[in-house]
Amino acid sequence: MTSVRESTPAVRVEPPTARPEVHRARILLEDGSTYEGVSFGRHASTSGEFVFCTGMMGYPETLTDPSYCGQVVVSTYPMVGNYGVPARDHADPIDGTLESDRIWVKGLVVADYSPWHSHWTSRGSLGEWLDDEGITGVTGIDTRALTKRLREHGSMLGKIVVDEADCDFDDPNIENLATRVSVREPVTYAPTGNTLARVALLDCGVKLNIIRSLTRRGVEVLRVPWDHPVDALGVDGLMISNGPGNPRFLRSAARVVRTAIDDDMPTFGVCMGNQLVALAIGASTFKLKYGHRGQNQPVREVGTRRCYVTSQNHGFAVAPGTLPNGWSPWFENLNDGTNEGLRHESGRFFSVQFHPEACPGPVDTAFLFDRFVEVLTR
Amino acid sequence: MTTLVEPQGALAAKAPARVKKVVVLGSSALKIGEAGEFDYSGSQAIKALAEEGIETVLINPNIATIQTSEGLADSVYFLPIEPGFVERVLEKERPDGLLLSFGGQTALNCGVALHDSGVLERLGIRVLGTPVDTIKTTEDRDLFVRSLDEIGVHTPRSRAASRVDEAIEFAHEIGYPVMLRIAFALGGLGSGPCFDEDELKDRAGRALAHTGQVLVEEYLAGWKEVEYEVVRDRFDNCLTVCNMENFDPLGIHTGESIVVAPSQTLDNHEYHMLREIAVRTVRHLGVVGECNIQYALDPSSRAYRVIEVNARLSRSSALASKATGYPLAFVASKLALGYGLDELPNAVTRKTSAFFEPALDYCVVKMPRWDLKKFRRVSQRIGSSMKSVGEVMAIGRSFEEAFQKAIRMLDIGARGLVANGTDFEFGDLEEELTQPTDQRVFAVVEAMRQGWSVDRVHELSRIDRWFLERIRHVLDLEGALKVYGSNDEIPPEALLEAKRAGYSDKQVAVLTDRSFEDVWEAREQHGIKPSVRQIDTLAAEFPAKTNYLYLTYHGDDDDIAPDPSGEHDKGTVLILGSGTYRIGCSVEFDWCCVNAARTLRKLGYKTALVNYNPETVSTDYDESDFLLFDEISHESVREIYERLDASGVIVSMGGQIPNNLALKLHDSGLRILGTSADSIDSAENRHKFSSLLDDLKIDQPDWAELNTIEEAKRFARDVGYPVLIRPSYVLSGAAMAVATNDGELETYLDRAALVTPDYPTVISKFLVNAKELECDAVAKDGELIVYAISEHVENAGVHSGDATLVFPAQRTYLETMRRIRKITREVAKRLKINGPFNIQFIAKENDVKVIECNLRASRSFPFVSKVIKHNFIDAATRAIVGEPVSKPEKGAFDLNYVGVKAPQFSFTRLEGADPLLGVEMASTGEVGCIGDDFNEAFLKALVSVGFKLPVKSVLVSAGPIESKAELLAPLRTLRRKGVTLYGTDKTASFLQDNDIDVQRVEWPLETDGASATTLIQEGGVDLVINIPSSEQEREITNGYRIRRAAVDYAVPLITNRQAATRFIDALVRGAESGLQVKAWDEY
Repeated sequence: MTSVRESTPAVRVEPPTARPEVHRARILLEDGSTYEGVSFGRHASTSGEFVFCTGMMGYPETLTDPSYCGQVVVSTYPMVGNYGVPARDHADPIDGTLESDRIWVKGLVVADYSPWHSHWTSRGSLGEWLDDEGITGVTGIDTRALTKRLREHGSMLGKIVVDEADCDFDDPNIENLATRVSVREPVTYAPTGNTLARVALLDCGVKLNIIRSLTRRGVEVLRVPWDHPVDALGVDGLMISNGPGNPRFLRSAARVVRTAIDDDMPTFGVCMGNQLVALAIGASTFKLKYGHRGQNQPVREVGTRRCYVTSQNHGFAVAPGTLPNGWSPWFENLNDGTNEGLRHESGRFFSVQFHPEACPGPVDTAFLFDRFVEVLTR
Repeated sequence: MTTLVEPQGALAAKAPARVKKVVVLGSSALKIGEAGEFDYSGSQAIKALAEEGIETVLINPNIATIQTSEGLADSVYFLPIEPGFVERVLEKERPDGLLLSFGGQTALNCGVALHDSGVLERLGIRVLGTPVDTIKTTEDRDLFVRSLDEIGVHTPRSRAASRVDEAIEFAHEIGYPVMLRIAFALGGLGSGPCFDEDELKDRAGRALAHTGQVLVEEYLAGWKEVEYEVVRDRFDNCLTVCNMENFDPLGIHTGESIVVAPSQTLDNHEYHMLREIAVRTVRHLGVVGECNIQYALDPSSRAYRVIEVNARLSRSSALASKATGYPLAFVASKLALGYGLDELPNAVTRKTSAFFEPALDYCVVKMPRWDLKKFRRVSQRIGSSMKSVGEVMAIGRSFEEAFQKAIRMLDIGARGLVANGTDFEFGDLEEELTQPTDQRVFAVVEAMRQGWSVDRVHELSRIDRWFLERIRHVLDLEGALKVYGSNDEIPPEALLEAKRAGYSDKQVAVLTDRSFEDVWEAREQHGIKPSVRQIDTLAAEFPAKTNYLYLTYHGDDDDIAPDPSGEHDKGTVLILGSGTYRIGCSVEFDWCCVNAARTLRKLGYKTALVNYNPETVSTDYDESDFLLFDEISHESVREIYERLDASGVIVSMGGQIPNNLALKLHDSGLRILGTSADSIDSAENRHKFSSLLDDLKIDQPDWAELNTIEEAKRFARDVGYPVLIRPSYVLSGAAMAVATNDGELETYLDRAALVTPDYPTVISKFLVNAKELECDAVAKDGELIVYAISEHVENAGVHSGDATLVFPAQRTYLETMRRIRKITREVAKRLKINGPFNIQFIAKENDVKVIECNLRASRSFPFVSKVIKHNFIDAATRAIVGEPVSKPEKGAFDLNYVGVKAPQFSFTRLEGADPLLGVEMASTGEVGCIGDDFNEAFLKALVSVGFKLPVKSVLVSAGPIESKAELLAPLRTLRRKGVTLYGTDKTASFLQDNDIDVQRVEWPLETDGASATTLIQEGGVDLVINIPSSEQEREITNGYRIRRAAVDYAVPLITNRQAATRFIDALVRGAESGLQVKAWDEY
């Protein structure tokens, strides 16, 4: 066991007497509202779609989640950066804890950035990491006020103007973000231990922990681009990942899913995967008044009294009334009753709106991967 | 249709238990380790049951609680939480359910005993919620470890060894260092860490020479301590409501630790690893309701250990409830009734369900409040046993903001981390950091001031570097502020930065050499004002209509707008709470605040309560229209008053903190409701009050305010010894004391170095053999409306908070009563009192003197209100806001019963403390019982605070000769009744000389063989009467040894002559057999 002393150097960003150079940052939302703060990380103007997240920890996981591609994330929890950031090899798809090998958010907005960090896994400050990857952070913002605005107006375009260097609004939703976050070529991940099954993973912006959740259970994962046909891959099943953007750009992915279901291939979708399953079977989706953005979202399995706390990040929900025959709602959100998952009566195709792979967030629903493996190996 | 996920538990679960009547066990008197949090949890349980139409019966002798108030439980028994009494109540009430987990360890132990003795089964009573077997598993170390082993959850590894080689073998297995635990401390040989084999061999060898067994344990000191609050329903739904991280490392009791919520230094992996273990463990154990799980977490790996699980509501759950807005006790009650979490609404949003985990968008800091200086011979060190008597909780949007608020809330004279002058100084900083005392955070500050690095402070204190860096940040800002002199304007950015780091205006003023008002003005000018923020459980994700609020400088806007005043709106009234519980100020003031709020709401006022004590009912957000969980300071109250556009503020309900603010708030233009600030000052200011009494020709003990020892001696000789010395409040100050001669006076004043012109000392004539009485009263526009006169069992000299109170007074001359009433009336008239007040009297032969007057509610208000069944606070509140007040139908003379209030001491918890009573208060709580006569009520009260009946043997040290004489007759009767008497030295001789059969025992210091203390240790006596022979007993004495042994071996102890006489009197009159089980409303 290494001693605490060696592994956790306390990193002070500046000597106590020196005042760091201050870069003023102004957040400007498309509705005209502004918020004044100070930048950290990369001191450069940026823009994107502003979304908030109510998780109290897990910023390294959130920042590397491809679902946030093109977005500026507002943290409702005020103090961020406390435990620094882990080594980059934490993006290892087998052993790591990060969700991809880079930061996907375009900006991070917090109330009180902590340049001081302390953790045995910490290899640097959050600010340093953001700077390395060219990402702007803003601190000193009343993130609660900002969140209330985003809650009422829905996610909005906005920009962070640092040192008065103006930039344009950038709408990530006018393009197919899957093309930006997905792998270009298929990649294979070997399982830990014996191979029980092989699945194709439709990568719409997959969080690495989905892959880890499968390989740890003896599943070999063939990660393929978001619209890659899977019928000729000789796999036992299809996993559809989470991902950013509007599902309507992903019609071709939905067709891949349709084919798999028609081929009776066991299918499991997560988040965007849930919406793609809905699209594939002809159900419709609608925009939520209040999106689900946090690690404390309660869901109940329909027809039971069994409830789970889940991690979520989505603004659209499937309209359960539009489900075709043979399909039924699987989970529902306890707060607003919206759909949180679909299943087919055969038990071979199912999907959830939340994140059973967690990271960040509670691991209550990790058992869904067990169920998937059961179906795969049945 | 195939279901992928089997509905586990759901379909198998039986329908909810249909119960009609439930008995709830309270936690009895407040004591160290078991305090106000159980008034909160019990009150919520009763509300939750009542909502279901279930009849509730509450047993709790703590008469000052809100849960024992009218309108909550259907019936209340002011009886001991003790299997015998509880069984009789159960026999009488025949409930079908019993709730054990809302009254702390006291209720839990009592319930388990009733289960084990078969009483519950015999009476067909079900324990609701967590089953008794589960409770037992969590309480029994072996069962617990084995149970957690079954699911692969780690607990600290330990093994008992009876030989040195066994100890070494196990140490080798788990690796050094190891913790060596020795059951009994043997002459300096205590438990402690061993860093290598040689050390273990040496220490274990020496220990095993004296004792048969040592315990070798994993050494976890310096690990992080983390807790989760977990709820689970009978459908196996389970979640964690809150996690908390201790600022102090493992090794310091969590009740003694500064606690932060949510955790600050855990990453996602650690947070959810521990969360998953919590859920797995709680499911495995089968808890239904609420529980708490405590972990040790290695600061340098993912290693963890589960330290313990508390299968009941706890101090931590009260804290978690207040920290998150999730009403844990209320929800736990519903779960015990068989509800599922998904069926229960989120009490804050009212739209979402109780099955969710709150997301916080703020940070909470809890700090313990100690009163160690009130106790003689108690070490100031904090460690594995709890010594603190209260706590505070501060909310902020940064750690610094919450932390500095919390320090101020402690009310120990500190303005925050910095700007405290020279009040906190340390001799040996290194020792202060490695062996912390109650002032450790100030030692951290001092070390950093001296240039010690964060690393060095961390190495010594094991406090996580992140917390230390944040403290250093506060210090950095201090340096930045100090550059501004009295003539400089502080730049608004610097001011805002300081406010965001929790600096008070006063701190900024001290550092920048200007007045508090100047800083306030500067803030006004630059618009640097706090935001009013909601605790909404969901971090603003959904809109919430909650009234649970705090202030922060990290905000651009307010979450709420003041209600626009309607035409018939009577306005918003601010009620200032009592702050942290401490010795002398506790749940009784919370009762007053809550009752004031209830009355005001009834009268159509909007109420806003300001308080920061997480163990209170007043900080339940359904008790007022607005709950401001924030500081009760001049600055914050002013901000809140402005922000809520309040119409007035009530300062007379929350004890001394609000009372002391009256004049300042008045001067700042706030409207003080009730008695005027000037009148309050006239009563508080000793000179003004004294001349007022002279004016009214009301007698008072001679007193003087003195600056030199010579003056003090002259005064003492003039009025005659003994004299009472009351030092002005200074941080390093000592307690009040009584001096009986020049020598004692000199020693005392010298030792405490108290007499300086800056801190004048007040000396007054101390009257011996005089009765003490108090009058609790309410006046309206100077006219006395209601009053209650109680007498003390103990003669003057025992602090009124430690005295046994009798109401109505039973042994006081009518003449005395008449004079007291007259004086009370005159004082009320002169000070134009409008609201509650309390006057303390001393009486000797109908000669009545006033010793103190407070124009606020007092400690005994709930007691007299409940005994006389007329709510004095309701009357006082009406008087305060100018509404009509009705006079009670019957006077105190019409009562057919008697109430006795007895003190609860926590000496057992305070290692080494001398359990002697004096002019300084030492009790941590109280009970109040009712009986048909004094003896019945007195015995019930004593049993409630731990006395055991029957008494078959007594050890007596009767003290001075007059005391021996007074005890002679009672002891003779006691002996005649067959009680065995043991006496020490002179007491034994005295009794023998008077032909009383007594067995002589040796003083502990006079013999190597069996002594009085061995008699106590071996369980040879049921009662110890130890009357000290001098008021100034401080040295290691035989008496101290005996008193301490009594406390350590849980043998009832009486150290006061009058109390001893009355107790024996009650025993010999056979009162013991007439202790009736009657509900409050049966009197």
